[in-house]
Amino acid sequence: MKINRVLRETFTSLSANKLRTGLTVLGIVIGVAAVIAMMSVGQGAQNSITSQINSIGTNVLSVSAGSRARFAPGGANNVRNIRELTLADAQAMIDPFQAPSVLAIAPILEGGNISAAANGQTTTTTVNGVTTSYFSIRNQQVTEGAFFNDQQVSAHARVAVIGVDLATTLFGQTTNLTGQTLRINGQTFTIIGVLKSQGGSSFGSADNQVIIPLTTARDRVVKRPGTSVDGIYVQATSAAAVPEASTQISNIMRLRHHVAVGKEDFSVLSQQSLLTTATSITGILTTVLGGIAAISLLVGGIGIMNIMLVSVVERTREIGLRKALGARNQDIMTQFLAESSFLSLLGGLIGILLGWLISLLIGQIASAAGTALSPAVSLNAILLATGFSIAVGLFFGIYPARRAARLEPVEALRYE
Amino acid sequence: MEDTVIRADGLTKFYRMGEVEVQALRGLSLQIKRGEAVAIMGPSGSGKTTLMNILGCLDRPTGGEYILDGEKVSGLTDNQLAGIRNRKIGFIFQSFNLLQRTSALANVELPMSYSDQSNSARERAVAALRAVGLESRMKHRPTELSGGEQQRVAIARALVNEPAILMADEPTGNLDSKVGQEIMNLLLTLNRERNTTLLIITHDPRISAQTQRTIQIRDGMIEENLQ
Ligand SMILES: Nc1ncnc2c1ncn2[C@@H]1O[C@H](COP(=O)(O)OP(=O)(O)O)[C@@H](O)[C@H]1O
Ligand SMILES: [Mg+2]
Repeated sequence: MKINRVLRETFTSLSANKLRTGLTVLGIVIGVAAVIAMMSVGQGAQNSITSQINSIGTNVLSVSAGSRARFAPGGANNVRNIRELTLADAQAMIDPFQAPSVLAIAPILEGGNISAAANGQTTTTTVNGVTTSYFSIRNQQVTEGAFFNDQQVSAHARVAVIGVDLATTLFGQTTNLTGQTLRINGQTFTIIGVLKSQGGSSFGSADNQVIIPLTTARDRVVKRPGTSVDGIYVQATSAAAVPEASTQISNIMRLRHHVAVGKEDFSVLSQQSLLTTATSITGILTTVLGGIAAISLLVGGIGIMNIMLVSVVERTREIGLRKALGARNQDIMTQFLAESSFLSLLGGLIGILLGWLISLLIGQIASAAGTALSPAVSLNAILLATGFSIAVGLFFGIYPARRAARLEPVEALRYE
Repeated sequence: MEDTVIRADGLTKFYRMGEVEVQALRGLSLQIKRGEAVAIMGPSGSGKTTLMNILGCLDRPTGGEYILDGEKVSGLTDNQLAGIRNRKIGFIFQSFNLLQRTSALANVELPMSYSDQSNSARERAVAALRAVGLESRMKHRPTELSGGEQQRVAIARALVNEPAILMADEPTGNLDSKVGQEIMNLLLTLNRERNTTLLIITHDPRISAQTQRTIQIRDGMIEENLQ
């Protein structure tokens, strides 16, 4: 049978029962839309995490207390008393002899969910207490004003550089804010600069934060006695020097904390290692989401099979007639397979469109909720969904089509 | 060209129904010449339809020899039989067997979906409908046509591939006698003008009276050959 005849026959027989055709297609539409939407959300999460990690900088390492080993089975026992990181640890890392690959360090104190008030408005924000090297290591820029200097850090100055989202929330504007007063945890600070927007991330917006001197943060906001810090950013001399810097820092820290290799109570993460971990986690996430969605595609496929089986029974006489007119088994087979694959292909195409709309909607909802997640419908996902839906049509169509093709012409013609 | 278009020798057809064996044909032999019009009569259950299915290559005999248009049919594959049905046989059924969802024209085009010459399908279908006097009804669906008109569409469909033999199983059984006679006239005209061999199963002696020959079947065997 010629292809255009097959297509015409497919069209007339499917349009003869539009409601049924529509409902069967709907099953596939839902399945494919779910797969596309889930995969694009997963991809979007991956993109935003990746860009967040990339924004750390290619030559930056982050040192934090605790070991990744505690996530490993039985690992919790490996590391007993986790020692906090201190300013002294940070200082030890810029030793030019023991750590020649380290260019600069920036210890940091972090405070989440801190209340910030100004201009009659109150909100919660993240407070980062840092030293001046933080700005260059993390490649931060201001749109107005300036960062604080070393004198201000030593003087425990009550000065703050704020993110644009926080500025908008409190003042309704992002300019002309230097010199304004800001209350953090009830303490009065003077705004001296506004950070250039860095875009949001799924971890919470980097634009909703206040950066203040480390010394002031310890006294007045985070209120932590001693010299402990929450993390240390380390800048390597170059991106290529990151692995050596990591080794040098680890050696220094093992000596200082008296721990053996494999029993570290600290962890050193580079952008690359974070990226690898994050990518594998979001990859798993995407696969799991897509897999769950694929189940509904499977259900849609079973719907096709169901309808095709009904159709074969209903059209038994027609099949007998076609055979009497000279249709071979493979002609009948082709016809029914064409119908089932057309159903699933149509469902696949509409499903891709719908899934894309859903992912846009999810992106809108996420950004309304403060998480800038932009779902990305990749060409891969589209090809996968199209291929998968045709495969579903063929797979679930084969059994009914074989049944149709194998009918004995005489028996089929006698069927009432 | 072979003068004998159908040559059947000792055809048997047995159906096994559990323990019982139904012998629908019990050694039936017949010959039909090209261009002949033959009526097959016999009581219900005598094996007429079974015989026609075998002669039309829709079914295989349990035993016996069948040569159609010079070709030995036993031993051919299912696909080869389908090809023979498509090219050499035109079936006409008591209940018309038209596809309800498409036009008369599309119904007549159907056999050409399964033949090599599907390029000229449209023109050939129109010509076939003209031959049965239905060119004005081509776009109509079967439900919009009378019984007689539907059977004409079915005849056009049987004609469209210019078969050697038309096989009609009680073609007037669902029609009143006046319309039935019109259909009969059409079939006989086609038989005469195109030299198409005509095989008609019928219960109606008035119909069999119009054919050159009547074969009487009883219990799966030929009772008499009235010349
Ligand atoms: N598929 C079948 N299975 C079993 N018995 C059948 C089948 N087809 C026909 N028969 C039997 O074969 C005999 C002849 O049937 P048929 O050729 O249809 O008779 P007719 O057309 O002359 O009325 C009948 O007894 C019928 O019951
Ligand atoms: Mg019969």
